[in-house]
Amino acid sequence: MAEYMFLLFDDEKWYDEVTPDLWEATMKLHGEFTEAVAAAGARILEGRALERTSTATTVTKDWDNPATAPVVSDGPFIETKEALGGFYLIEARDLDQALELAQVCPSGHLEVRPVMDTSGGAS
Amino acid sequence: MIEARDVARRVEEAHRHHWATVLAATVRLTRDLDLAEDCAQDAFVQALRRWPDGVPDNPVGWLTTVAKRQALDRHRREQTLRRKLPLLLVEDTVDRDQVDEPVPADLLRLVFTCCHPALSRDAQLALTLRLMCGLTTGEAAKVLLTKEATVAARITRAKQKIARAGVPFRLPSDEQLPARLDTVLTVVHLAYTAGHTASGADLIRPDLTGRAVGLARLLVAQLPDELETLGLLAQLLFAEARGSTRLGPAGELVLLADQDRSRWDTPLVHEGLALATRALPGDGRFALQAAIAGLHMSALSWDTTDWAQVVRMYDALLVRWPTPVVALNRLAATSLVPGADLEDVLGRLEVLALDPTLERYAYVAATRADVLSRLGRQREARTAYDTAIGLTDNEAERSFLRARRSS
Repeated sequence: MAEYMFLLFDDEKWYDEVTPDLWEATMKLHGEFTEAVAAAGARILEGRALERTSTATTVTKDWDNPATAPVVSDGPFIETKEALGGFYLIEARDLDQALELAQVCPSGHLEVRPVMDTSGGAS
Repeated sequence: MIEARDVARRVEEAHRHHWATVLAATVRLTRDLDLAEDCAQDAFVQALRRWPDGVPDNPVGWLTTVAKRQALDRHRREQTLRRKLPLLLVEDTVDRDQVDEPVPADLLRLVFTCCHPALSRDAQLALTLRLMCGLTTGEAAKVLLTKEATVAARITRAKQKIARAGVPFRLPSDEQLPARLDTVLTVVHLAYTAGHTASGADLIRPDLTGRAVGLARLLVAQLPDELETLGLLAQLLFAEARGSTRLGPAGELVLLADQDRSRWDTPLVHEGLALATRALPGDGRFALQAAIAGLHMSALSWDTTDWAQVVRMYDALLVRWPTPVVALNRLAATSLVPGADLEDVLGRLEVLALDPTLERYAYVAATRADVLSRLGRQREARTAYDTAIGLTDNEAERSFLRARRSS
């Protein structure tokens, strides 16, 4: 088994335009996704929705020059139409299974990233 | 003792036919592409050293066994160094005295890994050339007309992604198979074409076309119910059958229209036609392309080709694979149907030429030039030929267009 982070990128306008019915339908899709993961013998280790990027704060620090002070600024790095809106941390057999599950995960733009095994040092 | 030269030839032959088989069997054991590649290479080196005492009856079994033993030895050595390695060998315990029969399914697993959709097309092609076709990175760079460092970096990145992202060494599920197979067939076709294109200039090229045909044969043998694999093999056999007539005495390109059909390899043509016929009911992209090629292969001459049938096949292909290039080929075929309305074809060509993906495609201007000259509009035809010549970077094609322009 390996761990994969599903990063869900979607248009934040959705939150402005969502009706109660659509909200419920979307939650139902997430419920179906959860069932699909269990049915495949994989596991959701964690899953969360994120507040909008307008609530985000960015901390930058130049670690090559540790003496420089970190900069705290408003907002994300780049303005894009689709923003990171939530994630699932999934334990799956391999990339093929992760990709199959990603296809039933309700998101318009989903990035699948393997979680790094840091137990053996840098890889 | 066997002569060193004969041994070298036998090992080279074994490499050409069995490299991927030996590698795939070793990958199943190691689950690590780099390690498996090292061990497989080592097995061929040991063959050079040991076969002078007698070439084994079953060279591929011998090579597989040696490569697997090598992997086991390295694994044990590592284990004594670091006691903490994951146990690699769950089902595969290798008996030291037994010669392993390689499993063809391993090869299939490896080709699906090389052509995994999580890898870019360039990476899929580079990996397939290296792992499935047994080319060195230098040879792969040569046929891809790319720098060796670029291909090396591509292969390294792809292997890293396979290892870190957990791309499995496994066959796709039935549900995924058609889409995954389409990628594999596309990559094998690209490998063949790369070998074909490189063949004119480079005398020391590896037998890449032959290896790509071998790969297509393997796919047919392993997935006999997948009609698209038959379509691919048919296409490659047709190209092989025409091989000796593609280039003229001075190495110049000879187009299908002008090739000496009596020199086509008849048994290959027949085998290709039989495959194309079996593939056609699947109505897939490769099957339809094979059917079009088959219509050319069975025509006695360019002029007597059944162009109406060719156009019908392009119609079906356009449904399956609606690309501007297919639309262009269809128009070119339409212009050759006896009694074709050339003015109409010209109008459609002009509309199609507006497609941005065809902007730098010389064949649009070349087709226009041909239609214009058949309409007797020689001045416009010459201008169109000039455009086509300007867009071609292949010298053989340029000289062909120049000859057309002045005729």
